[in-house]
Amino acid sequence: MDIRFRFMKFRKIAATISAAVLIVSILSLSFRGLNLGLDFSGGTLVEVTYDKPVSLESIRDNLSDNGYADSQVVNFGTNLDVLIKVADLDGNSSVGEDIFNILNSSESTIDLKRVEFVGPQVGEELRDQGGLGMLVALFMILLYVAFRFQYKFGLGAVAALGHDVIIILGCFSVFAWDFDLTVLAALLAVIGYSLNDTIVVSDRIRENFRTERVLEPLDMIDLSLNQTLSRTIITSLTTLLVLFALFFFGGELIKGFSLALILGVLVGTYSSIYVVANMLLSLNLTQEDLALPEPEGADFDHMP
Amino acid sequence: MNKFSIYQYLLILVILTLGFIYALPNIYPTQPSIQVAYTDSGKSADQALLVELKDILSQSESEYDEIFLRENKIVVKFDDVNKQLASKTILQNALLDKVIIALNLEPSTPQWLKNLGGNPVKLGLDLSGGVHFLLEVDIDTAQLGRLELLLDSYRTTFKDERISYDKSSIKDLALFFQFSDKSSYNKALKKYKEDSPLINGVQYVITERPSSNTLLLEYSDIALREIRDYAVGQNLVTLRNRVNELGVSEPIVQRQGANRIVVELPGVQDPTAAKKIIGKTANLEFRLEANSRTSPLRKEKFNFKDNEFQTAFLEKAVVVSGDRVTNANTGFDESGFAQVNITLDMEGGRALQKATTGNIGRRLGVLFVEQKNKSELVTNDLGEKIIEQTSYIEKNIISLATVQAVLGTSFRITGVGSPAEASELALLLRAGALAAPMKFVEERTVGPSLGKENIELGIRSIVIGFSMVVLFMFFYYRVFGLAANFSLVINLVLITGIMSLLGATLTLPGIAGIVLTVGMAVDANVLIFSRIREELKEKDPQLAIKDGFSRAFVTIFDANVTTLIAALILYVIGTGPIKGFAITLSIGIVTSMFTAIMCTRGIVNLVYGNKNIKTLKI
Repeated sequence: MDIRFRFMKFRKIAATISAAVLIVSILSLSFRGLNLGLDFSGGTLVEVTYDKPVSLESIRDNLSDNGYADSQVVNFGTNLDVLIKVADLDGNSSVGEDIFNILNSSESTIDLKRVEFVGPQVGEELRDQGGLGMLVALFMILLYVAFRFQYKFGLGAVAALGHDVIIILGCFSVFAWDFDLTVLAALLAVIGYSLNDTIVVSDRIRENFRTERVLEPLDMIDLSLNQTLSRTIITSLTTLLVLFALFFFGGELIKGFSLALILGVLVGTYSSIYVVANMLLSLNLTQEDLALPEPEGADFDHMP
Repeated sequence: MNKFSIYQYLLILVILTLGFIYALPNIYPTQPSIQVAYTDSGKSADQALLVELKDILSQSESEYDEIFLRENKIVVKFDDVNKQLASKTILQNALLDKVIIALNLEPSTPQWLKNLGGNPVKLGLDLSGGVHFLLEVDIDTAQLGRLELLLDSYRTTFKDERISYDKSSIKDLALFFQFSDKSSYNKALKKYKEDSPLINGVQYVITERPSSNTLLLEYSDIALREIRDYAVGQNLVTLRNRVNELGVSEPIVQRQGANRIVVELPGVQDPTAAKKIIGKTANLEFRLEANSRTSPLRKEKFNFKDNEFQTAFLEKAVVVSGDRVTNANTGFDESGFAQVNITLDMEGGRALQKATTGNIGRRLGVLFVEQKNKSELVTNDLGEKIIEQTSYIEKNIISLATVQAVLGTSFRITGVGSPAEASELALLLRAGALAAPMKFVEERTVGPSLGKENIELGIRSIVIGFSMVVLFMFFYYRVFGLAANFSLVINLVLITGIMSLLGATLTLPGIAGIVLTVGMAVDANVLIFSRIREELKEKDPQLAIKDGFSRAFVTIFDANVTTLIAALILYVIGTGPIKGFAITLSIGIVTSMFTAIMCTRGIVNLVYGNKNIKTLKI
């Protein structure tokens, strides 16, 4: 048999690393929390472009003189673009105009790029909806995979997805990156992507368990992983190519989005190898689990 | 082996052609244009207006490309922006208040494509620039208004039917009556029960407290839903009118969820002005001025809007409210001062006639009713500090004029200040009244420069990402790589075509979705090719191609269905930009499956099908 790389030899080490990263992520999430973006925290955000570089300090001073002492002022992309965030909690929707007027009256000319105001209640609802969506997605996927494959694969897939989502959230928490709606969308796309990987690997494991009757489960999984390895690497590579294009050339607004997806592709590729396989081994996947008189795939065989 | 039948090729060809046709409108550039509509939203633009506009434009020697009537608007296209702006000024100066002129970018889709239903993809606000508002309708106030009417009507009913009560009021959104004796209590309870049934349930929830002879009446959930739907529906209509007044070319005014309304105004560059018109939850009340015979209980003191030290007493009874106004415009009186001409509907006209008959010489006041918000930091039960928003209503007199004659459906208000103030008042009157107050809960403004930047960045990253993938595939898989690249191009065309056909909106995350699809679409091809490579170790090339495709199909199918589940959930829970992402991702999944399974296979079959090949480079 053509087993070039003994993946499962490192399963214990991989499990330890996964566990450690998961623990760090969960700890960070529960103590530090996420640096919630405007979509979820509510508040006002103003993005302006100056015609010449200005010191952020002077903008801060100007704003705090005018009653916005708690404003966050940062450069956004270039040093001409300035982003001002006010965690204005009294749900007042005219803060954006106010800030623009304050800045516009000082000596440099500015161009208003965008103003966003999210009421506190809307932010809270978006938060709930996002969390709910994630849970519903995971559950539906568990059902589908359990139905198409077998419940042990369903559990494996969901474990892998949970692993990916928690680690990405953990990274956003540890590095205090802005977590906004687009990052949430990316997270759901990661579920889709990582699942893609997981299904491809599971599919091959299922096939081998049915056809190669002489091998031990451990070897069977190693064989399957080796067979799918080239595809896994190439797909990850092409996806990463476009994601890096997005990250470097797509502009500031989708930096967080592409970052989450890049992490997702890396973690997702790893998890479809180690998390799923580990899970299947610890659940004692046997040939009897998959023994069917006729492979399910047969229905499709005559199709192009 | 490995040959498609003629029908399979035909099917591919038909789908590709359709894809190309519907994607085609996107390559035509947009043209600066203006849209002209009558200010009176009840009146549609007609041939007469078309002729009038043509006359004005030819007299001023303005150049334009095309002028035509479309639905209720007249569209004029220009070949550059300066001509567009110049003509707008000329037309506005010539026609003044009569028309509303909006600047727009008109697609230059050729007629034959339009006839086939071809239109370019709509751009989301983050790409086109513009304003997005989310407004929340205050249902409690709408309910309170209903309860006040109900209280009045039951007081009258009880009086007519000799049911005596000691106390009556509204407490916590419930009608409260304390009756004088048991028999009145029983009669009232019977009355309530008679009034309550609806077709699909009951209108009231009655709380009986026989020991104290009190009854509490609340609206049932069904009745509340009806009140909510009515209020939101009414506000939608009013908002549409107000938005039309703004002269925006493609506005969106839509209900979102139970009690929210989304307003999107592409191309609007001054959110403050837009907000002023949209957010003005203003209403008017016409009331007679109190005189010496008015009892103190029936009059109220109000400030003047333009002078806070000046006050006047008006009667409590409202003669006519702002929602009876059907039209209002500005004009000048005999001495050259600005005035507002008002037209009421029949019911409003009758009420005003009744009120003014016998009251000539008294003064009629116009009250401007505005809803304002006040936020307070309060501590809740859990000890957390939270924001509580309360809204209050402010009423000010904007005009107090002597009634010269018995008034009917049309009359005028003089002494309204400058022409600009008069025209703002007229605008507010026309835009009508809201059934319930609203407040802004979300606002997003994207400046036009950012929109343009987003499009450029988006397209650039698609091009770069796409080229890298195409190069990689070619160098790694050679002939098969070319087939895959061809599929990838088809995939992009199909996504564009389907989005245009569905009228879906393209947003920045949507572009990201397309880029991601490009990355993932390769996956299906890679799966097939790796499988063929494997099969080649044991089988001859033809069989390897055949089995490679068929075995990879199962995997591709399962993998894509699960991704589709995730995309659909995104679509259901997401709003705005996230929906845009979910749409492109879902379309991309379907088209990438089609292209990998049908197109790649088609090309591979064309190249290798039915040939005797010894080795396969893959």
